[in-house]
Amino acid sequence: MGALYEKLRQDIRFVEGLTACLNCGTCTAICPAAEFYNYQPRKLVDILQTKDDEKIEELLKSDTIWYCGECMSCVTRCPRNNAPGLLITALRSLSQEMGYFVESEKGRQQLAIKRTVGHWILEYGYCLYPSQILPENHPEQGPVWEWEFQHIEKVMDRLGANYKKAGPGVLRAIPREDLDEIKKIFDETGATARFDKIESFSKLKAEEMGIQLDDSLQNDYIKHIYTTVNKDHTNET
Amino acid sequence: MKVEGKRKIWDEYQKEIAGDDYFYVRSCVRQNFFPGAEKTFLRYMKEMGKNVFENPSHTTCSGIGYHSDIVPFETAMTMVARQFALMTESGYRNFVTSCITSFGLYTEILETWHHFPAIEEKIRVHLKNATGREFVKPDNLAHASDVTFKLRKEISKAGKYRLVNQHTGAPIRVVEHIGCHYSRMFPSKGVGGAEYPYVLVGMIEEWGGEVIDYPERRHCCGFGFRQYLIRANRGYSVSASKKKFDSMKPYKPELILTNCPGCPMFLDRWQYAISEMEGTTYGENGGGIPVMTYEELAGLILGYAPWDLGLQVHQVPVEPLLDKIGIPYDPEKKFLDKDGNSMGQPKSPSHLKFY
Repeated sequence: MGALYEKLRQDIRFVEGLTACLNCGTCTAICPAAEFYNYQPRKLVDILQTKDDEKIEELLKSDTIWYCGECMSCVTRCPRNNAPGLLITALRSLSQEMGYFVESEKGRQQLAIKRTVGHWILEYGYCLYPSQILPENHPEQGPVWEWEFQHIEKVMDRLGANYKKAGPGVLRAIPREDLDEIKKIFDETGATARFDKIESFSKLKAEEMGIQLDDSLQNDYIKHIYTTVNKDHTNET
Repeated sequence: MKVEGKRKIWDEYQKEIAGDDYFYVRSCVRQNFFPGAEKTFLRYMKEMGKNVFENPSHTTCSGIGYHSDIVPFETAMTMVARQFALMTESGYRNFVTSCITSFGLYTEILETWHHFPAIEEKIRVHLKNATGREFVKPDNLAHASDVTFKLRKEISKAGKYRLVNQHTGAPIRVVEHIGCHYSRMFPSKGVGGAEYPYVLVGMIEEWGGEVIDYPERRHCCGFGFRQYLIRANRGYSVSASKKKFDSMKPYKPELILTNCPGCPMFLDRWQYAISEMEGTTYGENGGGIPVMTYEELAGLILGYAPWDLGLQVHQVPVEPLLDKIGIPYDPEKKFLDKDGNSMGQPKSPSHLKFY
């Protein structure tokens, strides 16, 4: 049993998620990610059961751990009460802690999520915020969202929201003191430290790859990780 | 009567849902995409004489950040602890969430604390250090769809409309789609469990509709958090929804009913995207299958005006369903602002029929 396996064992989700896998493959059969990506939760659990640090490091540096959608369908169906979806959350945490996430195309995407969702939580108090859901980044949202985006304050007003205003209601302005509490929680509980790691390891990787990265959302590295698919990740069967 | 099959399973998975005095927390996704749904929930709760309180200091639970793995578990637990502290300070004990991701996260956290009290104690210290707050855990945790399920008979009784085709007398054929995090991890926390959730079925049956069973009924809509948030990954998301549409199409559904924030948005928008990508539409006469939240449907049953519910911000038009049920609407008012002024209107898609 190696150091990485020991680190995983410190995560309660890993402890709870891995009992004894009998390799039946039920998780893979039900998994939406396995249907789309070259991914098998059964194999992932099998690797973890070996407790082999070399294999675990390979996993932490791979695209494999980033394919899961965390729908948790596997949790319902496993006959041995394993939870591959929970194991994924522990693996992704450790991959970011160790800086291994930048070694895979899918892992590198974490910086874009940190700079959008992560930023919005601290800036607005919401995981998503309408002024930031740009139609050019979301063509699938269609003409209705494009129209809504153009008239967002009036549409929100029409539908009874309290957009950017004080008091309760939909998309209310969350008071500064409450946003400050979120920041303090992030500082106290490790989110700020994780954000810093995502930033620092990404900067090193961008330098290594020779792709421009600054502190904004508009730079070559963010564009690259947000849009690029350099290899076939899909399940061809 | 002998209770068997799904009815037996439903009998086994009944959960306790508080009857009044709810502390309500909102959903990030729904506030952005279906703001009228939450407004409608509060409207019918008030009309049913229920007390629902919202503390404006509540924030995101950080669930999307947690499930896209940028937010550590300890942070998410402390964010949730803060929401419980606001509930405690406001004098409430019954916690109701608008969001399914939140509901799943709250459930996961309460279960974690139940089995590992030392973790709960650690989070109490974190919360105190960061905010000075303390909390009592809720007596009752429910999703807003649970509460609506509990009120389904009262809604039906007070209702102006039934889920029935006024021209043929046939029940409206409805596909129900349950958010994955409602009960997949903890089946006992959802009405009807995980394999045969009853929470939406109960509403559809009570309001006169017919529930359609189809092969991919339990397949995820494809949100997948990072699988949608990152543009390069969206093939995962659309393919999951497409799998569901292809599977349900032969059963000719007239409505998709959902209880999750993301699902109605994806099942609505991906119908548009698929129609643009390959010209395929899934509804009748070149249209799509209307997608609704349970609050929007409850609002229609109760006779609320469609454009007050926010049905104009759906990409798949709902008018064919309104026509079938016999719900009046004024097409001229669809895209007007609060003062009755025009806001223009969205462009028509290339294939998907638009009104």
